[in-house]
Amino acid sequence: MAHEVAILGVGMHPWGKWGRNFVEYGVKAAQDALADAGVDWRDVQFVAGADTIRNGYPGHVAGATFAQALGWQGAQVASSYGACASGSQAIATARAQILAGLCDVALVVGADTTPKGFFAPSGGGDRSRDPDWLRFRLVGATNPVYFGLWARRRMELFGATEEDFARVKVKNSRHAVHNPNARFPKSFTLDEVLASPMVSDPLRLLQICATSDGGAALILTSMEYARKHTADPVTIPAVSNVTPKYPNQLIEMPNFATDSGAGLSVPDVPFRPSIAKYAYEQAGVGPEDMDLAEVYDLSSALELDWYEILGLCKEGEAEKLVRDGDTSVGGRIPVNTSGGLGAFGEAIPAQAIAQVCELTWQMRGEAGGRQVDGAKLGITANYGLFGHGSSVIVKK
Amino acid sequence: MSKTEAPAIEGWFTMDRERPHLLGTRCKSCQNVFFPKETSYCRNPACNGTDFDEIELSRTGRLWSFTNNCYAPPEPFVADDPFEPYAIAAVELEAEKMVVMGQVTAGVSVEELEAGMEMELVLETLFEDDDNEFLVWKWRPTAAAA
Ligand SMILES: [Zn+2]
Repeated sequence: MAHEVAILGVGMHPWGKWGRNFVEYGVKAAQDALADAGVDWRDVQFVAGADTIRNGYPGHVAGATFAQALGWQGAQVASSYGACASGSQAIATARAQILAGLCDVALVVGADTTPKGFFAPSGGGDRSRDPDWLRFRLVGATNPVYFGLWARRRMELFGATEEDFARVKVKNSRHAVHNPNARFPKSFTLDEVLASPMVSDPLRLLQICATSDGGAALILTSMEYARKHTADPVTIPAVSNVTPKYPNQLIEMPNFATDSGAGLSVPDVPFRPSIAKYAYEQAGVGPEDMDLAEVYDLSSALELDWYEILGLCKEGEAEKLVRDGDTSVGGRIPVNTSGGLGAFGEAIPAQAIAQVCELTWQMRGEAGGRQVDGAKLGITANYGLFGHGSSVIVKK
Repeated sequence: MSKTEAPAIEGWFTMDRERPHLLGTRCKSCQNVFFPKETSYCRNPACNGTDFDEIELSRTGRLWSFTNNCYAPPEPFVADDPFEPYAIAAVELEAEKMVVMGQVTAGVSVEELEAGMEMELVLETLFEDDDNEFLVWKWRPTAAAA
């Protein structure tokens, strides 16, 4: 494929609530990725950083922050912010540099330190022009409020039950037990999930992802460079960073309303499915070719939406998939073998990168107790508020 | 001495306690509707409009989905102490083909809500200071009005 770059190295700092400077997590992840790739830091020509906005002056401007911490060596640099899609934007930037022939070796890195509790708008003062500030001020619309609206909609449309949502959490928790980087490597029962406190009906505490500290990094290289190190590298044949098409008819964070569809034809493909569609088309593959997927389970109910968005099943059939064990390791199409956000929590600039780390370990057969036999093709899905799509296809 | 009623945000809704409306804009070129108001450039990619009329949105619609806050949201939300859980609704306005979110009027819990039911716009206090009662739009099941 014409647009492939190699994933020569991957690395992560375990997710947790460590309370240290995010730069430490990024450096650790980067050093692990460099060691994994067998690449000397001084040979990295391009650094793509994914920014945290929770630690002041956007990640102290992330790419350069990590480059300085690793030791200035004169590499080119770029930094990305796209909320939860920041990581895949950094991947896209590094990939484009490599595909354009401007560099052979790039480091992609993101890391975050998060405050306790709900995500709230960063910075104080009266910000009556900022929708992210206003949604908290006027409605108290936390992120779980949006997750709850989407979850309830599934119940109304498809007859999803609280048990279905809980099954997703149970499944992912069983995967997480085998992941040393997961923050919550604990297996939960259906009863435990359903007994946890209600946060935003119908979603309970154990069905909503936490906020975490963590870091993830990749060494991306040209195919030519990679083949000097390994005969059969894992590659990225597609990255999708699509924005919605007007009118977007799904209510999304941080909006108060959808676009008005009156008098307009709505897009053939709504925003979320368009994220996957663009990735599949770029890679020349389809959902039927996928061996596994890492999706953005902000809530356990949202994971079910992703099964349909990615085309792993038809609309309305996602509950059956999880009930039948199809998305468990050992099933037809395992989803969130890492344990997902439910076991990790959000470390915003790192999570899209971490999804690619997981697929890479799977393709190499290095995923231990959560290994998917013979995994050769997988997709990640993610998206950031304010309209940032994010999907990466990983191939062996 | 009674407090003065003031909108929690200026220009988003009419201050009519009986029959309030959300206020949006309509592009004079393509007739597309925006809430909150768009006043500078039309967001329809097929339109270059820059002139807008202020319009009142439909004050009733069908409940698209709903949820609640069992815990107090963080600032800048002003939470009562002790905090009382409240419901939140996303309501579909037929004419505008648009879903608009808002709090559900106090005292109506999620158990009383069902997708598809008709909801109407009301004004209720969001928070108060020494002199003012700041109002915000909320959704109420039309059937609960009687
Ligand atoms: Zn227009």
